Amino acid sequence: MMEFPLLSFLVWLPVAGGIALLVMDALGFPHVRPVALLVSIATFLLSLLLYTEFDFQTAAMQFQESVPWIAAINAHYHLGIDGISMPLILLTTFTTVLVVLAGWEVIQNKVSQYLAAFLIMEGLMNGVFAALDAVLFYVFWEAMLVPMFLIIGVWGGPRRVYATIKFFLYTFFGSVFMLVALIYMYLQSGSFGILDFHMLPLGMTEQLLIFIAFLLAFAVKVPMWPVHTWLPDAHVEAPTGGSVILAAIMLKIGGYGFLRFSLPITPDASLALDWVVILMSLVAVVYIGFVALVQEDMKKLIAYSSIAHMGFVTLGIFLVFTLMEKTGSIQGAGLGMEGGMVQMISHGFISGALFLCVGVLYDRLHSRQISDYGGVANSMPVFAGFMVLFALANSGLPGTSGFVGEFMVILASFKANIWFAILAATTLILGAAYSLWLVKRVIFGDITNDNVRQLEDINRREFAILASLAAVVLLFGIWPAPLVEIMHASVDNLLSHVIVSKLPAETGVALLGGGSP
Amino acid sequence: MTFAPLATEIFLLSMACIILIVDVFLRDERRVLSYALAQLTLLAGALISWSMLGNETQVVLHGTFVSDPMAALLKTSILLVTVGVFMYSRSYLVERDIFRGEFYVLGLFAVLGMLVLVSAHSLLTIYLGLELLSLSLYALVAFQRDSAAASEAAMKYFVLGALASGMLLYGISMLYGATGSLDIGEVAEAIALPGEQGIILVFALCFIVVGLAFKFGAVPFHMWVPDVYHGAPTPVTLFIGSAPKIAAFAMAMRLLTEALGGLYGSWQDMLTILAVLSLVIGNVIAIAQTNIKRMLAYSTIAHVGFLLLGLLAGTTEGFSASMFYAITYALMAIGGFGMVILLSRAGFEADRLDDFKGLNDRSPWFAFMMLILMLSMAGVPPTVGFYAKLAVLQAVIHVDMVWLAVVAVFFSIIGAFYYIRIVKLMYFDAPEGDAPLAVSPDMQIAMSLNGLAVLTLGIFPGGLMAVCNAVLS
Repeated sequence: MMEFPLLSFLVWLPVAGGIALLVMDALGFPHVRPVALLVSIATFLLSLLLYTEFDFQTAAMQFQESVPWIAAINAHYHLGIDGISMPLILLTTFTTVLVVLAGWEVIQNKVSQYLAAFLIMEGLMNGVFAALDAVLFYVFWEAMLVPMFLIIGVWGGPRRVYATIKFFLYTFFGSVFMLVALIYMYLQSGSFGILDFHMLPLGMTEQLLIFIAFLLAFAVKVPMWPVHTWLPDAHVEAPTGGSVILAAIMLKIGGYGFLRFSLPITPDASLALDWVVILMSLVAVVYIGFVALVQEDMKKLIAYSSIAHMGFVTLGIFLVFTLMEKTGSIQGAGLGMEGGMVQMISHGFISGALFLCVGVLYDRLHSRQISDYGGVANSMPVFAGFMVLFALANSGLPGTSGFVGEFMVILASFKANIWFAILAATTLILGAAYSLWLVKRVIFGDITNDNVRQLEDINRREFAILASLAAVVLLFGIWPAPLVEIMHASVDNLLSHVIVSKLPAETGVALLGGGSP
Repeated sequence: MTFAPLATEIFLLSMACIILIVDVFLRDERRVLSYALAQLTLLAGALISWSMLGNETQVVLHGTFVSDPMAALLKTSILLVTVGVFMYSRSYLVERDIFRGEFYVLGLFAVLGMLVLVSAHSLLTIYLGLELLSLSLYALVAFQRDSAAASEAAMKYFVLGALASGMLLYGISMLYGATGSLDIGEVAEAIALPGEQGIILVFALCFIVVGLAFKFGAVPFHMWVPDVYHGAPTPVTLFIGSAPKIAAFAMAMRLLTEALGGLYGSWQDMLTILAVLSLVIGNVIAIAQTNIKRMLAYSTIAHVGFLLLGLLAGTTEGFSASMFYAITYALMAIGGFGMVILLSRAGFEADRLDDFKGLNDRSPWFAFMMLILMLSMAGVPPTVGFYAKLAVLQAVIHVDMVWLAVVAVFFSIIGAFYYIRIVKLMYFDAPEGDAPLAVSPDMQIAMSLNGLAVLTLGIFPGGLMAVCNAVLS
């Protein structure tokens, strides 16, 4: 292993870059955009090293760094990644480059603060994915809210204040209970190490309460029905860049939390309450799918579609128990989980791309209403091509990354329970319905008004952004193997944790006959 | 007998007298000399008490005065916080033509009162320190003689404060009757003996807790807090809201844990009620305020609730968490009120919430400092306020009072709302009026140091936490 503290660089380089931008602004230096782009590209290139140097065979944490941080509470500055967090970090660094580019011309008000907020947030999100100490994790997790709060509030739409305060309070509400759970576990184990929490024996009542505390935090973040209502507001009011980060990365932090905290720390409670999560996920898939169908606002439609897709993620993750019961082995049980992971990554690209597409339209006509458009394909043929591709990917067309994750989760739910599968599969219909109907109304048909006739097609900057996303969506659609390979060892390791009951032997209900790993 | 353990107090007393005399001979344009002398006194005092941090515990003056590491740390904090208070207040006083030596002399006497309180080892010493502190504060609140609001606030403060002092004194007299001693060590020993004194001791405890709760401003003895904070000149509000909280913590430690530790079971319940009520009332009523001084007053009440949580845990861990909370809260409080002073100018108080509108457009740097301070008060990392709450919650959960921790975090969500409302006003709204921000250089330095200290302690809280742990063990 290299001595170079790569993860620290990924966390602190963007933060330092963001602070540098603010200083430049104070000194009157005008060229902040190229600097921000440079920092984000440098961070992305650095993060590629994570992939090239990654050891695919092991489930152990890699690139670890650990120094004592707060001796009084035994907290460490402990970073490290495995196959679950590594793709999410790459997703973060990649998306940030696009977001910096996307705000290039549109944002004219307080440019340096805008770019600084995104860079600082990038660093903090990398920190969330890389932190292996609960205090460090919580610090990044909460600190991340602040730049997003400002991004929506300063550069957002007309109802931005309402949306951003709702966003902040909802997320804060979820996370403080997680804090109580983390402190409780620290007092039991004497350490804030997340990996130590995985090994900590806990009784059933404790596990249930901790599971609920985690569920509050992560369900708000994902967001799952019924705590999803902040998301459409936040998405609609946020500037394009904010929506992209929100959809592509912030929502993933909730899914990541389930994998890193809920399942391994409270396996017995997860087993006992998996039906709650599965039920919430299925409601999200079906009900929110219908809600998406009737939206008049493009951003709201995509926001609801995000909730439905994230329902797939949580469904896939929590199918693991039913799968094991049905098949009796852990061999196939990882299918749903891996499907959920792939879905998270793929949804990051696709929803980000769709929000960028809406951004492109909004920048030109300053409207997000579907009814204000129609026949865009006639004046913007290149753009229309991209938007159709992303809409198809959103509905899970084979050959795009959207298909892979959905297919794996549906396959897993077939093995688990036919009813889950039937409900989950409605997304194929609903997703296609709202995505394609959106495309039909916005892109195709006759030009309905003069504004649309005068639209100019995307410029080279916008082309570069959308083309890079299209390339990734197609690449993972056709050849998802690298993505699955990265996470395989870690998912297996997680499963081996999940099947071992943490309860004392006489009361524990071992899942697979024997209680030993 | 040696006077070395009293070095800080003796030094401060002498200097306060010297400044009082020097000030008489100064013309108005040289008045800044009194200010400089007062600041030097505080800094030198802080150095003296910091140097005593490693000393052994010593009880001197026939058992009335104790010098221990906890006292050394708290005195250092009080002195340093007061340096900040004086720095913030200079330009305010100059602009309103009340830049007088008396302000600093009274301030120093109040500090002396706090130091005596912190080092008290007899119930009488506690009362002595408390009265010295309170009388100086009453006078300071009324310092702006021609302001009706200030006079009214001073009157309210005085009447209610006298009542609370009376309660405390009554409690102390009962304690003396039951145990036959005023010495904290002897009182503790007498309580530890099995006897028939149960009822009278609990009565004494009740009165003492009432007196304490008044000084803290804990609900239901909080009525004076918003009025006094609102009516007093902002520099005085700044002073009342910061350093005396540290002194109140010390008073609680001396009285409750050292003298009445044997009655832990009784005062734990009382503090639980006070803490929960303070969290509820403080956080909920703060939302309805339109004046930032009143809002911060209710926020103080909520913070006191948190501080009491650490105390009522009754463990060293809890006391250390409370101490950390008191010190860091004082740091946040001077920043918050300091910002009100910073935005105000002659004839304009800047104490409405609306005066914060659009601060980011007028000065991004100070808006950022205020952002840090507000997030810290809300307990959002990476600011020091988060670790203060973390430590307290940890102590509470450790004694199996998880429900109390849940109540506390629940109300801190409500609290978060009014703090981020300030952020909203600063960042999302357009400024009212376009008067430029005229900030004197010393003010700029004080505010920047203050904000950065809150942030730096938020990234590296380990040092201060370790010191808090060390002085109690």
